[in-house]
Amino acid sequence: MKPGMLALGILAALAAGVHPQAAAAADQIVIGDIDDFSGVYADVAGSGAVEAVKMAIEDFGGSVLGRKIVLLSADHQNKPDIGASKFREWADQNGLNVLLGGSNTGVSIAMAKVAAAKQIPFFAIGAGGASLTNEDCTAYSVHYAYDTTALANGTATTIVKNGGKTWFYLTADYAFGTQLQTAASKVVESNGGRNIGAVRVPLGASDFSSFLLQAQGSGAQVLGLANAGTDFSNSLKAANEFGITHKMKPAALLAFLTDIHSLGLQTAQGLYLTTGWYWDLNEQTRSFGKRYFAKMKRMPTMDQSGYYSATLTYLKAVKATGTTDSAKVMAELKKMKINDIFTQNGYIRADGVMIHDMFVMQVKSPKESKYPWDYYRLVKQMPGEEAFGPITGLCPLARK
Amino acid sequence: MTEILGVPVAVILGQLMLGLVNGSFYALLSLGLAVIFGLMGVVNFAHGAFYALGAFAALLGLQWLGINYWAALVLAPLAVGVVGVVCERLLLRRLRGLDPLYGLLLTFGLALVIEGCLQERFGASGQTYPVPAALEGAFNLGFMILPVYRGWVIVVSIAVCFSTWFIIERTRLGATLRAATENAPLLQAFGVNVPLIVALTYGGGVALAALAGVLSAPIILVSAHMGSSLVIVVFAVVVIGGMGSILGSIVSGLMLGVVEGFTKVLYPEASNVVIFVVMALVLILRPAGLFGKE
Amino acid sequence: MRTTVVFYSLAVLFALCAPFLGIYPVFMMKLLCFAMFACAYNLLLGFSGMLSFGHAAFFGSAAYATAWLVTAHGWGTVPAILAGVLAAAVLGLVIGALAIRRHGIYFAMITLGLAQLVYFVCLEAPFTGGENGLQGVPRGSLFAIVPLKSDITMYYLVLVVFLAVFVFIRRVIHSPFGQILKAIRDNEPRAISLGYEINRYKLVAFVLSATLAGLAGSLKALVLGFVTLSDVLQENSGEVILMTLVGGTGTFIGPAVGAAIIVTLQEYLSDIVGGWVTVIIGAVFVICVLVFRRGIVGELAALRGHRWREPQDVAGVGR
Repeated sequence: MKPGMLALGILAALAAGVHPQAAAAADQIVIGDIDDFSGVYADVAGSGAVEAVKMAIEDFGGSVLGRKIVLLSADHQNKPDIGASKFREWADQNGLNVLLGGSNTGVSIAMAKVAAAKQIPFFAIGAGGASLTNEDCTAYSVHYAYDTTALANGTATTIVKNGGKTWFYLTADYAFGTQLQTAASKVVESNGGRNIGAVRVPLGASDFSSFLLQAQGSGAQVLGLANAGTDFSNSLKAANEFGITHKMKPAALLAFLTDIHSLGLQTAQGLYLTTGWYWDLNEQTRSFGKRYFAKMKRMPTMDQSGYYSATLTYLKAVKATGTTDSAKVMAELKKMKINDIFTQNGYIRADGVMIHDMFVMQVKSPKESKYPWDYYRLVKQMPGEEAFGPITGLCPLARK
Repeated sequence: MTEILGVPVAVILGQLMLGLVNGSFYALLSLGLAVIFGLMGVVNFAHGAFYALGAFAALLGLQWLGINYWAALVLAPLAVGVVGVVCERLLLRRLRGLDPLYGLLLTFGLALVIEGCLQERFGASGQTYPVPAALEGAFNLGFMILPVYRGWVIVVSIAVCFSTWFIIERTRLGATLRAATENAPLLQAFGVNVPLIVALTYGGGVALAALAGVLSAPIILVSAHMGSSLVIVVFAVVVIGGMGSILGSIVSGLMLGVVEGFTKVLYPEASNVVIFVVMALVLILRPAGLFGKE
Repeated sequence: MRTTVVFYSLAVLFALCAPFLGIYPVFMMKLLCFAMFACAYNLLLGFSGMLSFGHAAFFGSAAYATAWLVTAHGWGTVPAILAGVLAAAVLGLVIGALAIRRHGIYFAMITLGLAQLVYFVCLEAPFTGGENGLQGVPRGSLFAIVPLKSDITMYYLVLVVFLAVFVFIRRVIHSPFGQILKAIRDNEPRAISLGYEINRYKLVAFVLSATLAGLAGSLKALVLGFVTLSDVLQENSGEVILMTLVGGTGTFIGPAVGAAIIVTLQEYLSDIVGGWVTVIIGAVFVICVLVFRRGIVGELAALRGHRWREPQDVAGVGR
């Protein structure tokens, strides 16, 4: 078996060469970004988020405490393995100081565990699962931008109050979809509505017609779409096609600006959704949006601007404490007020949720939209405490 | 409202219709696979990628060249068919005579390349393709609303499937194709250009996949990975029908679409896997597939 | 013969020193687990001539079993690994018994279909954590004596297991049993005519392969600390086929080499080229099938003049 040995030998030499001894990085601040760059969430965060982080580093001055800020990014391909391994590797080998990322709840939970083990702050941006600040909370994770509780509180409450009392759910059959449905159901009931039924659809199903037919057969007033990404877009498209949207009001429990952009206003008009941020809210957000647009040729989603804000917030905390010691920085993070283009009066709660105002929007009709990316009409601005709800007590760090 | 098994009859009929729609896609796709396997012995794992290519061809044709749906129905399969012929000549040809395993692995790799390139170039989100004006609207069938477009899909698929079957099984051209599979050198001795026939067969099978892609573009978002989960299901369909049998794959495709439709009502979470359960059962009880030749 | 021993010793020596040469131990462990998986797979593909499309089912189910027992029931490390391996073996027996009846592409399709069912079970079963998988799996300690939290300690454990598996596979193939397997692969009708109960041999080979794949899965769950659906995904099955093919089916060290290459590519290439990794891996597949059918190790063997058999009818489709 000599040839095998030869091959192995060559490989070994290569491997040794490829892996230089890790730079201690004592003279740098290393920010990591692990997200989905190639899958269903690539447009929601992806490379746009990297751009946003770079903008934040630039705005902050490029360095803090006399150390240069360095950015690493990697694609987790929606696999918890890859996300967690990369995180661990950067922590062990590259002197990582803070990690931003996620989008995918499963991956984010895995990375949160690594954050706890390696004691490195982790900003989960883009993942919806509220469990990140409940059963799965850790002392080092922060949940930015939004979570399933806030979404349900926003969209479901508004629709029930507007007359949509009876609900039927089309739920993506995985943890995130289920959490979303559960959150929405609770809100519907507490507002005097009724949950008639639900159908669990395999993730990534290509055809929703049968499930939609069942929804229609239930006679509910509202079609609750507890799914995201292409599932959401495909199911809404089909609902339109089958004339279901004439009889049932569609409720997008999670939709991003990029989803609406793909669907087009013709299909998406009238949809209610909740978001943590929108580029056309005020002068500040608009100027950020335009700056981002100049680089990326699309308007930023709430995740991407969340990345910008999270980066700034972390750097401000480091500056304030004068150290990168994780425990001290986490303590500062939970004390400080967050005031930037993302939110005016945000703060991080004991369980890690970043409490900030949420916005219930309705998608404009093609006639109402006056310029590119003019997609939303503000229906209601919800104060953070109302949107994210009270502390549930499920997280050991935040007892009731 | 009368009910069967706790489900209203109207819903059952509705699901039957929808199952037929899905079944027509399965039939069309498995037809292409069956043609390629039956006539070339190649298990074409890249079928899903060509399906996506067909949809993209229609989409880009519209966006870049202003080609409308009706033209795309013909041009997109043609274009993708040409790509298929090129692949056959450059890649698959070198594997003639070798273990069919290699053809399978090659097409598997080809699928990764095609889908990866599509994703890199067009992103993962997917884009909409509009339903052509003439096919908008819906029929009110009483028990359900059936969009005109879906009805159209059923009609086109069945028409194409049965014409293909007819050509292969009942015409001289088909006889030539079948002869090429059974004894290529002998056929070549008769002066028939066998390599050309093989290349055209692959191109044809792939064009069928592309046609399915164009048909599905107005229904689902056009994205790089639209074919990847579909192709595994289609393989199961072909296996159930019997791998060499054209008629088998058409009939199984339609049937399985309906079975899947019912599963969606009775046990929705399993609708993705019910076809595999059926496949396992068929292979145990009737190994050659329902219409297989062994 | 002596040079072989020398080379093997050098390789082992290198592996023993690797952590101190600056190579990241977790990466090496992941590599070893997949190398084990590929070697186990090759037992089936290269030496028994059966192409299975659903081997991820064994890898993943053992991983889930082990992870669940450790997290939800507080089992010790070694008992949990053994339980995972047992689970894979049983699953291998069931799937193998159903699939063996058929040959070639039908065999492959049955394994594919049944693996999809396993995926479905892993998705729906309440204890597997669905899309999130099982997280935070502690490594525990070896026989309750040696704590495995340290990456270096765990690395040596995985290395020892890998070497044991490798040696075991070699012994199996060189044994009379292995000879019969190769005979069945090369010419099944002949083997039948010689009076061998080929189905029984094939089933044993299948179960063995499944069991070892399960061992790789259980270890991986402990090394990385989690199990997710990607472990039972169809993609995983495809990747192990690729690893075996790239390295060289029908050789011993080939699959390990192939695994090393693919895992390294995925790890480092994705940093550089991002989404193009899939395209590159696809292209590698295509190129391997076209010109590198013998795989890297096979090609090197041919260069040195070793005899190489073109697998005539590995998938048994036969025209």
